[in-house]
Amino acid sequence: MKSIKELEAIRERALKEISVRENENKTRIVVGMATCGIAAGARPVMNAFVEELNKRNIHTVNVTMTGCVGICRFEPIAEIVDANGEKTTYVKLDAEKARRIVAEHIVNGRPVLEFTIGAAEK
Amino acid sequence: MIYRSHVLICAGTGCTASKSTDIEEALHKLLVEHGIDKEVKIVKTGCFGLCEKGPIMVIYPEGATYSRVSVKDVPEIVEEHLVKGRIVKHLLLGDKDAEDVAKSLENVGFFSKQKRIALRNCGVINPENIDEYIAHDGYRALAKVLTEMEPNEVIDLLKKSGLRGRGGAGFPAGLKWQFAAQAEGDQKYVCCNADEGDPGAFMDRSVLEGDPHSVLEAMTIAGYAIGADQGYIYVRAEYPIAVERLNIAIRQAREYGLLGDNIFGTDFSFNIDLRLGAGAFVCGEETALMTSIEGHRGEPRTRPPFPAVKGLFGKPTLLNNVETYANIPVIINKGYEWFNTIGTEKSKGTKVFAVGGKINNTGLVEIPMGTTLREVIYEIGGGIPNGKKFKAAQTGGPSGGCIPASHIDTPIDYDSLNELGSMMGSGGLIVMDEDNCMVDIAKFFLEFTVDESCGKCPPCRIGTKRMYEILDKITQGKGEESDIEKLEILADNIKKSALCGLGQTAPNPVLSTLRYFRDEYLAHVRDKKCPAGVCKALLQYVVIAEKCKGCTLCAKKCPVGAISGEVRKPHSIDVSKCIKCGVCMEACKFDAIITQ
Repeated sequence: MKSIKELEAIRERALKEISVRENENKTRIVVGMATCGIAAGARPVMNAFVEELNKRNIHTVNVTMTGCVGICRFEPIAEIVDANGEKTTYVKLDAEKARRIVAEHIVNGRPVLEFTIGAAEK
Repeated sequence: MIYRSHVLICAGTGCTASKSTDIEEALHKLLVEHGIDKEVKIVKTGCFGLCEKGPIMVIYPEGATYSRVSVKDVPEIVEEHLVKGRIVKHLLLGDKDAEDVAKSLENVGFFSKQKRIALRNCGVINPENIDEYIAHDGYRALAKVLTEMEPNEVIDLLKKSGLRGRGGAGFPAGLKWQFAAQAEGDQKYVCCNADEGDPGAFMDRSVLEGDPHSVLEAMTIAGYAIGADQGYIYVRAEYPIAVERLNIAIRQAREYGLLGDNIFGTDFSFNIDLRLGAGAFVCGEETALMTSIEGHRGEPRTRPPFPAVKGLFGKPTLLNNVETYANIPVIINKGYEWFNTIGTEKSKGTKVFAVGGKINNTGLVEIPMGTTLREVIYEIGGGIPNGKKFKAAQTGGPSGGCIPASHIDTPIDYDSLNELGSMMGSGGLIVMDEDNCMVDIAKFFLEFTVDESCGKCPPCRIGTKRMYEILDKITQGKGEESDIEKLEILADNIKKSALCGLGQTAPNPVLSTLRYFRDEYLAHVRDKKCPAGVCKALLQYVVIAEKCKGCTLCAKKCPVGAISGEVRKPHSIDVSKCIKCGVCMEACKFDAIITQ
């Protein structure tokens, strides 16, 4: 260790690794992972969320799982809950859609309306 | 590598003893089986403090805290929580119906009253990973001290913080550092007293196991402040997990150049080595500890000269306790003003207590100084089991004394405990209820001192033994009233004449129980009765005729044939034959046998 900069670099890196243990004031992506969700392909969707967030160096979002919401025909489902508790529900997802949601909703703050439950019900 | 979920498993000594290593293995195997071992990370942490409810497991990002987890619970946790995201409610700690499980750990009464400074990282980070310590501001204080502060500024800051030694006596830490800094010498040493020996105390062990780097960082800061380049941690060999984690921590700190030459590019160099103690209680005494590090038999010597002038290998030495060190990086990072806001006027900051005995939440708690004993026992400790009445709390181990129920609202700090005839000590807090006999307690602690006396000075070697014999006589029902007076005279003489702290404080458990529970001593010597029903020699087993159904079970079980009686008629116990083994009382299905 030759300088404080080095220490700070390690600190930044390590903070990212443990950011999952911090859950206050963070946006959550909640993926439905009951039997129906998993059968419909929720696992690759969840992994895509994790990977994409990671790739974009976003550590203010936690990816968590939940059980069956009761609308199994729309699986895989993911809800994005922002720090204020506002929810957006995305349905019939796949890995590609998940990556777009990260890019547009999380990064740019624009919900991908075409994937939401409102769009699917029309 | 980023994982979507972290599973924190307590790997402190308590939870390891209740098989947390097996849980970790089972978990790892199942994660691989389910193909989610690349998504979920297992993190072994230090003690959460809730040893009573161990093994403890916390799963993030939900923050769900599971208690008393066993290997057979692991499949359910993996399949439900980690695969499907459904929290396993029946394993949750605390309120099982709580909606908001995300904050369950902080919401448990056990944690909400605490303020964790020394234990800040215990149960939070993986102690075997230096990066996690750095993420939680680790080594920042060292960086600040080495690059921005002069040694005397560090000492000045510590003096202003009001931090007092957490090993027991409560000597101001800043002053101790100043003495060591002012001492003349070509070579100086920094030592850490990790020879925790009070029965029931395990604070230092938990800090070393859960956050070893905080001690290394503080010792390095101390080295800079007093002008030393070598540190020794004297830790007992009976703490294998602590020793292992310290070794890992020292290795990692060396790899990062946080120990070694030219730390942070300055011309300051510092190294730390471990010295393992063989478990003699007296080696927790500073001069005995240093004698032991030197390779000699651990015996104390007279002071002065104090270690700051002539310590390890005859050189000026600074010796602090583990918990004292663990506080220092935070004080430097947050400033003495912040530290001053916590605690009481003369005792700043917090104190860690290992709470044990007759209490629901056995474990480790860190409270601001000035918290009352009542809050510790009833709000954090969860009260006394089985609805029993609180009788007294013992602090300070074999050197301390009892705080009786009448003083339960005393704020806990160095001075108020001293006034009560007890002491802060290293932080053991043993809770006693109405079933504890105070004479027996005093005898227990004295027996410990007799065993652990090094034998160098006669007051301790012979005096404590004589005191023990008198106490034994009293508990056997052979005591006389003059014995109490003899105890007091002897206690006074030992206090005045013993060589080291061990001997000088050894009579304290007797003196403090005599002060608050003299009537119990008198009951033993005058009436030959043990009011709490503990001292076997003073008990009699009797049959309550109205309750006895004459089932003959007790008579069959009695190993000496002391019970007689006809079938279906009340039995009786022959006191002259009875050996007071208690088998009859356990055997009786009608609660017809009692002691009196």
